[in-house]
Amino acid sequence: MFEALSEKLTAVFSRLTARGRLTESEVDEGLREVRLALLEADVNFKVARDFVQRVRERAVGSQVMESISPGQQIVKIVHEEMTAILGGESPKLANAARPPTVLMLVGLQGSGKTTTAAKLALHLRRGGQRVLLVAGDLRRPAAVEQIETLGRQLDVPVYSEGIDSSAVQVCRQGVQKARDIGAAWVILDTGGRLHIDEDMMGELEEVKKATSPSELLLVVDAMTGQDAVVSAQSFHERIGLTGLIMTKLDGDARGGAALSITQVTGLPIKFIGTGERAEALETFHPDRLASRILGMGDILTLVERAQESMDQQRAKELERKIRKATFDLEDFLEQLHQVRRMGPMSQVLGMIPGFSSIARRLSPEELEGEHLKKLEAIVYSMTPKERRNPDILNGSRRRRIARGSGTTPQDVNQLLSQFRQMQKLMKQFSSGKPPRGLMGMFR
Amino acid sequence: MFNLLGRRDKLKAGLKRSRESWFARIAQIVQRPRLDEALWEEMEELLISADVGVATTARLIEKVRKEAAAQGLRDASSVVELLKEEMVSLLSVVDAGVRPGLSPTPGGPFVILTIGVNGAGKTTSIAKLAHYYQEQGSRVVLAASDTFRAGAIEQLQVWGQRLGVEVIAHGPGGDPAAIAYDALEAARARGAEVVIVDTAGRLHTKLNLMEEMKKIARVLSRLDPQAPHQVLLVLDATTGQNGLAQARSFSQAVGCTGVFLAKLDGTAKGGIVVAIVQELGLPVLFIGTGEKAEDMAPFEPQEFVDDLFSPVS
Repeated sequence: MFEALSEKLTAVFSRLTARGRLTESEVDEGLREVRLALLEADVNFKVARDFVQRVRERAVGSQVMESISPGQQIVKIVHEEMTAILGGESPKLANAARPPTVLMLVGLQGSGKTTTAAKLALHLRRGGQRVLLVAGDLRRPAAVEQIETLGRQLDVPVYSEGIDSSAVQVCRQGVQKARDIGAAWVILDTGGRLHIDEDMMGELEEVKKATSPSELLLVVDAMTGQDAVVSAQSFHERIGLTGLIMTKLDGDARGGAALSITQVTGLPIKFIGTGERAEALETFHPDRLASRILGMGDILTLVERAQESMDQQRAKELERKIRKATFDLEDFLEQLHQVRRMGPMSQVLGMIPGFSSIARRLSPEELEGEHLKKLEAIVYSMTPKERRNPDILNGSRRRRIARGSGTTPQDVNQLLSQFRQMQKLMKQFSSGKPPRGLMGMFR
Repeated sequence: MFNLLGRRDKLKAGLKRSRESWFARIAQIVQRPRLDEALWEEMEELLISADVGVATTARLIEKVRKEAAAQGLRDASSVVELLKEEMVSLLSVVDAGVRPGLSPTPGGPFVILTIGVNGAGKTTSIAKLAHYYQEQGSRVVLAASDTFRAGAIEQLQVWGQRLGVEVIAHGPGGDPAAIAYDALEAARARGAEVVIVDTAGRLHTKLNLMEEMKKIARVLSRLDPQAPHQVLLVLDATTGQNGLAQARSFSQAVGCTGVFLAKLDGTAKGGIVVAIVQELGLPVLFIGTGEKAEDMAPFEPQEFVDDLFSPVS
């Protein structure tokens, strides 16, 4: 409901003429939308209330900058405040004075501790250092097998004992083992519980005492709702955390829990998990998550994703063309390929400002790209000259293209008008206006 | 539902503090002399803090407001009761058609396909379902179709051993649909009444993985056109507003028939299911509470709503 938060805010403020200053009631009206957006993003309701209050103080009476509308002004303030809470630049992992450095992962069941442990191991090993994983979850059936399998797949050693051992024992021995084999890092996986209870906290306290970890990281599922802040606070109060890792951010969850937790605990987010593969651990960018929570899309991640699936130079070119809106049908074709390589359309669309609502309204078939295949066929049937300069496409050329691609002249016309819309859209991107009426494009 | 499972006592100690503050708050709401704006706001907050979500909360409050005005209600406590009734009726509305699905069909193996995002609690919930049907005297076969996550097959096998239930498994990386197919065939051969298919956790935004789900359903229907009889979405009770997107996408892909609300014994209330029922009409069929196989019960709207308004926090 808020993918178009800035659009909504623009609507709220559209009645106001540029009077130069925002009044209290004007700000309040806009901030109601902001509060709803935060709640929809799973930001804890108390945190949302305090946050909006703070933004209000800053926004009331502030000078509306000439270049932007009052609505965008508020979004800007909201975004800045949010980025500030979420943290500065990505914090590094702490190093122990004497190796091995112990990293201890804690969290509720299903938050992704074991997967994250493996991802961290790979990340650290790629930095050229020796890592040991410790199978400290003796509770969930086959958790030990899971981490052993992951260790084998990644070629990272795993220390484990039988399930008759205790978490404290395994972790203590694990750290000793790391010392013996000269590992620089040791990562302790621990057992989760369904919720905070005495049993788990006691166990974690003991493990902490026995291993003196340099980092005690809470693994949090990005899809968690209002309860996130309750459990994070309990963990923090009881065992003293040093940071967070947000997992499953590759879905479409807004991840508002991150804001609640950082606000209440002041803990930094150290990494985010963005996929099932062991490589899918990324450094955290506060500004991007702020945009995501506000439903403002994530053009930077999109560009990065594009970089992954094509070479750097092409990515720069695409970025330049998106910004300058000078792309032709060749680029359109190229983009169709890239888009399909970048991953599911729904996900890609979700990263473009204003597009997440479109993605939600499309059926899986539409997203899957039967339609894209047809578009591809049409563009393939054009000559290079036509692709670079669509304006020369007269009636007879269009008929030829339709025949060549097994489509109709109407299809060709439709593609051309969609292409024009897209060009217009690109111009809007570069001028920062929210795009409208794009539903037809992917139909 | 805590009564049902006899867990209330265990929980009591840890909850004392929050219980007191909660009672204070409820008391505060109930003792209000008149129905002012603040009361409605408090009720809104209560629902939102339980993850019911903004849109559904607004709709509920709006409806209760109108009804309260129509009935001429003056005190806060009857308004709270009205809200609870409204929620119970919303959550009950879809019961009739789907309840028969709770028990195995007489005709042949009743096939339950479980789906859900990573870490929702599918495997544990399957163990609970298996135990539940065993208790009812059914023979159960499990299909280890999560061939992706490391250790998933072993995890199901451990449960199988504990419960004395046969688990059909191929190796890691095997074809999930083929395993489901084999399990259904095996169940037929052994005269089992229930087949429960475990699947790899997948985010609902991954289209290729959704295709894989469809394939499992398709392959099962080759053996039995009615199969899978039940497609259960396993949803973590701590899930926030994303739960609605999950339910929507999974339903679109494979046609969910119900929700298994897992991990409901934490401080989270699982209010997102209210939004799911409201928006999609997808019934909640079971709740999972603890870590043991018996920690499960059929969903009861009245208990759920009472719990949502109760001081477990």
